[in-house]
Amino acid sequence: MSDPTTDPSRRTIQRYTPNERTNHWVVAIVFVLTAISGLALFHPALYWLSVFLGGGTWTRILHPFLGLIMTLAFAVLAAAMWRFNKMEPRDWQWLRQGRDVVNNREDRLPEVGRFNAGQKLVFFVFVVCMLALLLSGIVIWREYFSLYFPVGVIRAAAVVHGLSAFILICAIVAHIYAGIWVKGSIGAMTRGTVTPGWAWKHHRAWFREKLHATHPRPRSD
Amino acid sequence: MALQSLDIVRRSATTTSSPNVRQAQTGTVAKLIDTTKCIGCKACQVACMEWNDLRDEIGTNIGAYQNPHDLTDQSWTLMRFAEYENPDKGNDLEWLIRKDGCMHCADPGCLKACPAPGAIVQYANGIVDFHEENCIGCGYCIAGCPFDIPRISKRDHKAYKCTLCSDRVAVGLEPACIKACPTGALVWGTKEDMQQHAAERVEDLKSRGFDNAGLYDPPGVGGTHVMYVLHHADQPQLYNDLPADPHISPAVSLWKGATKPLALAGIVLTALAGFFHYIRVGRNEVHESDEQAAARETERARHE
Ligand code: HEM
Ligand code: SF4
Ligand code: SF4
Repeated sequence: MSDPTTDPSRRTIQRYTPNERTNHWVVAIVFVLTAISGLALFHPALYWLSVFLGGGTWTRILHPFLGLIMTLAFAVLAAAMWRFNKMEPRDWQWLRQGRDVVNNREDRLPEVGRFNAGQKLVFFVFVVCMLALLLSGIVIWREYFSLYFPVGVIRAAAVVHGLSAFILICAIVAHIYAGIWVKGSIGAMTRGTVTPGWAWKHHRAWFREKLHATHPRPRSD
Repeated sequence: MALQSLDIVRRSATTTSSPNVRQAQTGTVAKLIDTTKCIGCKACQVACMEWNDLRDEIGTNIGAYQNPHDLTDQSWTLMRFAEYENPDKGNDLEWLIRKDGCMHCADPGCLKACPAPGAIVQYANGIVDFHEENCIGCGYCIAGCPFDIPRISKRDHKAYKCTLCSDRVAVGLEPACIKACPTGALVWGTKEDMQQHAAERVEDLKSRGFDNAGLYDPPGVGGTHVMYVLHHADQPQLYNDLPADPHISPAVSLWKGATKPLALAGIVLTALAGFFHYIRVGRNEVHESDEQAAARETERARHE
């Protein structure tokens, strides 16, 4: 039997447009560079990561600019995805059934729209952390901005920056694993499409929306 | 300042021991700055420029003796002048002059904050030295220092501060500023000797009516290897905001303390949680039955 998620003969549903996919991968690539350069300065055990950007000094120089590019690219992506990430009542039910979620018992869960509650939570963690990183990062950016802030604010910003970077990196690790775990998700972000079965299984409410958008229901009332 | 050295007790961003078989067998060193003897002639400032080959930009006169206005990458020491009207002495004017510069803390906040391995070291003799060839110019040391000492150069974007003439001290000479001081306000020796000398000075000052004279060797940073004799040791802030109780800020300890290894462990655990979820539960896959269900649903929608 052919793999239903990759069988080319099957009709597929578009999940992300080429622009959205480009946007996502710009964020992802720049995130990796930003995280590597930040982690190099975060703990001596990771200072060796500075080789990837050409040494400690280049790491110090490039990191804040990479961070700016990443936050900008993320802002565009987040604006496009915002309306799909509003929490709804069924999302809270979904979260309460966390055990069913992690054990792949999806049939017991409430129907899911374009994004499930886990994805929505991760989305908001991203938004908050990016904002915190941007603001605190500017304060600790010695070359251009630190001179405008008193030392107490700089120290607090360093703590906020490290903490929000930690939370963001953990959230990204979870985000990446979720992509591997739910088979077919990576294809959604590389080829842009998913199979109807994938949509039906993981995002049934969204699947129905898509169906009724292509086959409008005659008004019965 | 870089020197091959076998007496490094602490090294920034380094988790293992640095070479330190050489110990400070005759005790650690200290510079004693006796503000009560200082006449503000700035010979020490000039000696520092000369020995270290530093020349600051010619600044502007703002109607005070202090010049330059602040420490810079070219001015590692600076006389700070304060005019104090002493209310206990009928508002007599006192000219409080303090030679500012790195205090060479026993517990240096700059070193604690620095993320670049070996950019800051502490020698067994107590000197805290910046090795600029390892410095990446991030400025964390500025945030870590309780005395606002390090300065980043606009030319090379490295951090600079007083070396306590580590190059001279390493070959048995006294720092250049000490050599230049004409009044004996700057004294050099082992920390123990300097504490003793200071005690004699304090006694003398008390006998002359300076009841609050005392030694400034702040315990919050483990003591310092640059110490002051002050006429008003009870109010160090009179001397151009010399901190009364300097210590590494709790924010810096939080930023650079146990939270870092814990955070790394947290990231690794998150990744491991994913890995073991994969091993124990496995992937969430779409089956042919799901595709058929989706197809049925599509058919229904088409005929509705
Ligand atoms: C607009 C965004 C950002 C700006 C302006 C910024 C700026 C900075 C600056 C100025 C530093 C000090 C070192 C240096 O000068 O290079 C720094 C450190 C750091 N950054 Fe960022 N950054 C940003 C985004 C990020 C992001 C997205 C991450 C992680 C994913 C991150 C992680 C870190 C880490 C871990 C450190 C070391 C912090 C520490 O030592 O505690 N930064 N950042
Ligand atoms: S005074 Fe500042 S720069 Fe000097 S050793 Fe102490 S913390 Fe470091
Ligand atoms: S600027 Fe200061 S904290 Fe940063 S690497 Fe140089 S010495 Fe270390």
